[in-house]
Amino acid sequence: MPPFLYIFLGALAIVSALGVIIQRNPIHSLLSLISTLLTIAILFIGEDAVVVGFLQIIVYAGAIMVLFLFVIWLLNLQVETGPTGHLALKAFGSLAAALLVTELFFVLAPPHLQVKFTREPVGYGSLASLAGKLFTDYLVAFEVTSVLLLAAVVGSIALARRLPVAEEQPQPRVVEKIAS
Amino acid sequence: MIPLTYMMSLSAIIFAIGVAGVIIRRNILVMFMSIELMLNAVNLTFIAIGSRLGSMDGQVIVFFVMTVAAAESAIGLGIIISTFRNRQTVHADELTLLRW
Repeated sequence: MPPFLYIFLGALAIVSALGVIIQRNPIHSLLSLISTLLTIAILFIGEDAVVVGFLQIIVYAGAIMVLFLFVIWLLNLQVETGPTGHLALKAFGSLAAALLVTELFFVLAPPHLQVKFTREPVGYGSLASLAGKLFTDYLVAFEVTSVLLLAAVVGSIALARRLPVAEEQPQPRVVEKIAS
Repeated sequence: MIPLTYMMSLSAIIFAIGVAGVIIRRNILVMFMSIELMLNAVNLTFIAIGSRLGSMDGQVIVFFVMTVAAAESAIGLGIIISTFRNRQTVHADELTLLRW
């Protein structure tokens, strides 16, 4: 990946990530988030992770974000309701973020981070190498993931289900009948 | 290839923006989007280090993180819809049932 492309994509990712938390309208936040995810997907592809980059576009920007969009439409949240937090909270949040960035810079400075650079093997990042890893070393985790997704489907249906009206009404009391 | 420090710095900045979003914003949906932002920042470090080590393990982990994020967003949005149906709000300060 050429350096100017990295700088452009990095600036775009940071600006659109800031857009997520600055915009007042949730739909604008969501569009900024989609822009961030697409930028990160291009960075993935630039780092020779082609399959994961396209999965990021399809699964994240395609499926999960549309789910968010459906919820925003369903709940009719185009306008921000209520105040957007106190000034002290905003100051604390910005300070915490700045401290976190500083700390991470110190942790990730080159002398501390000893990564042994190696040449990538042939076919690195291809679908065949990803699937080879997934179905040999990580087979158990992959199978457990299907159980996780099943649990998520059942759980979300159970959570969002509307209870029948008959269950919400109080049952007629038997005690009064006996008393009379 | 881009130096590793630059990629890590970018993902650190995006992660911090996500943390700030969770602290500052009071809309549950936007807080949820900030969580997705943090997950993606961590994914970026996995991909960057994995490509420099020449190992596929980082990409497999990112694959699993995406799966968990899909499950998490399905459950979370279900909770948000159920909360909105009962309380007619997505404002985090108004949901005080469990606050001591």
